[in-house]
Amino acid sequence: MSTYSLSDGLASGAPRSAPVFAGWLRDSGVGVLASVTWIAFGLSCLWWEDVGDWSRTHSLGIAAFIIAAVALFGTVGADYLGSAGKALRQRAPWLVALGAFLTVWEVATAKFAWLPLPFFPPPQSIIEVYTDDLPKLLDSVFASVKLQLGGYLIGATVGFLTGVSIGWSRAVGYWVHPVLRFIGPLPATAWLPIAFFTFPSSWSASTFLIALATGFPVTVLTWSGVASVSNAYYDVARTLGAKPSFLVLKVAIPAALPHVFVGLFMGLGSSFAVLVVAEMIGVKAGLGWYLQWAQGWAAYANMYAALIVMSLLCSGAITLLFAIRDRLLVWQKGTVKW
Amino acid sequence: MVAATALAEAATPSAAGAALDIEQVSHAFDIDGTELPVLSDVSISVEPGEFVALLGPSGCGKSTLLRLVAGLDRPKAGSLREDEARITRPHPSRVVVFQDPTLFPWRSVWDNVALGLEAQGILKSQRQRVDDALDLVGLASFRNAYPHQLSGGMAQRVALARALVNDPKILILDEPLGKLDSLTRITMQAEIVSLWQRKGFTTLLVTHDAEEALVLANRVIVFSDRPARVKADIRVDRPYPRHRGDPYLADLRRQILGLLGLDATW
Repeated sequence: MSTYSLSDGLASGAPRSAPVFAGWLRDSGVGVLASVTWIAFGLSCLWWEDVGDWSRTHSLGIAAFIIAAVALFGTVGADYLGSAGKALRQRAPWLVALGAFLTVWEVATAKFAWLPLPFFPPPQSIIEVYTDDLPKLLDSVFASVKLQLGGYLIGATVGFLTGVSIGWSRAVGYWVHPVLRFIGPLPATAWLPIAFFTFPSSWSASTFLIALATGFPVTVLTWSGVASVSNAYYDVARTLGAKPSFLVLKVAIPAALPHVFVGLFMGLGSSFAVLVVAEMIGVKAGLGWYLQWAQGWAAYANMYAALIVMSLLCSGAITLLFAIRDRLLVWQKGTVKW
Repeated sequence: MVAATALAEAATPSAAGAALDIEQVSHAFDIDGTELPVLSDVSISVEPGEFVALLGPSGCGKSTLLRLVAGLDRPKAGSLREDEARITRPHPSRVVVFQDPTLFPWRSVWDNVALGLEAQGILKSQRQRVDDALDLVGLASFRNAYPHQLSGGMAQRVALARALVNDPKILILDEPLGKLDSLTRITMQAEIVSLWQRKGFTTLLVTHDAEEALVLANRVIVFSDRPARVKADIRVDRPYPRHRGDPYLADLRRQILGLLGLDATW
């Protein structure tokens, strides 16, 4: 190592520019490549004629060039852009992959129709959905979020309270545990037909089902969290003069909180499934309904557009949950980053 | 180790020690239906302000006795009294420091120390006492740290502060230094003696280390194997600070180890 760097340093001026170039290539090379793939995407939009009738092809091509320019100047000039430039440089490999993927997608669908057309819409037709069908899509998003949020909050609250009660009181455990064992493992969607009959509206039925899907994992994990609190904590609190209410609120619940969040995470996942099924079957609103409706009209671009929105919403909900957890559980070492 | 100024500044509301009477206490555990006796007819009378070390082979039932004194468990027979009042349940006048610091990991150091005052509903008016207790153990600068950021010795010091903030009349130490490295151990032994001398509380220390008992306590009670009986009650009339090499203590140590059945090796 030392001898190598010594001889390198003594060499004449000519090779000295090579490391500088190598450093530049390492920092900005990927950004330049990202810019190239996005230019390719833009060109692929504009070079050939579309095989179908799509109105946003030209705008998409222009947008691709703009992104290419941002990628180029952003990564090359990252040193002057602070944390934004740094973040862009870090994500540059993903920009390369995305640009390449979009180019292939564009060419394979809109230009040469290698993929069968109505089922594999080109990117510009999905953009078209977002611009032309926006009000309906937003209404669906709003309906879904409202339904999901209501059901989830009810399920999480009831599940948490039930879990704490079972974990804390033997009597409550005696009565609730068998019910939980009998009903809990049943998929909430199995209740769908009955729920739509017995509840006054499809909205209240779906809220109930989402709450049910959320409540079961939250209950079980809260319970196990409370039950697994070390007796030593209770001993300490009791010798310091703690009353039973203090033991529940200030010892059992905070100690169980990591478990509770696992339950909330699992409940969120299963409640998404119930939400979509409920919307597809009974509720006449929401993204699940939008998907169903689009399929009825063979509007495949609308389906992909709705799927992308749905995925962003679900991922966003989990991000939010993890952010809340990280805030409440700062005292924990090494938690999973989402 | 502990700053003398911090000690002088610390508020010390009258926290003189309480007397403790353990009268013919016997206790047993139920393990799968069979009764396992752990304490057999133990009687000890502790004067206010005494420092008593309970010494015995591990697993002999010393810690069980401490749980009875703390009021965490009730004895099968006999009675325990703190200043003539029968002990039936835990009370902040008798605070335990366990072998594990058992700090609440979700609370900062300050909030851990504040636990007793918060549980008794007097934290709002007495926040100063928490700061004083942290000063007392020299950890004022760690008030916002979380337990996982502390070393073993620091965590045990926080546990000590959490006990002392309640101004206990009887401090119960259940092998609190058992898991610390020997250097930290020696420092903290000196700290415990100086806290006891300043505050005047009665101290019960469970240990299986004869040297620790002799350096700290003015009375050493030696227990037999399980079920524990009092085998010897030894007065240690030496001034503090004591030296480990003191021939008087070395002689007592030999005697105690003999009582514990280790004379052949020593």
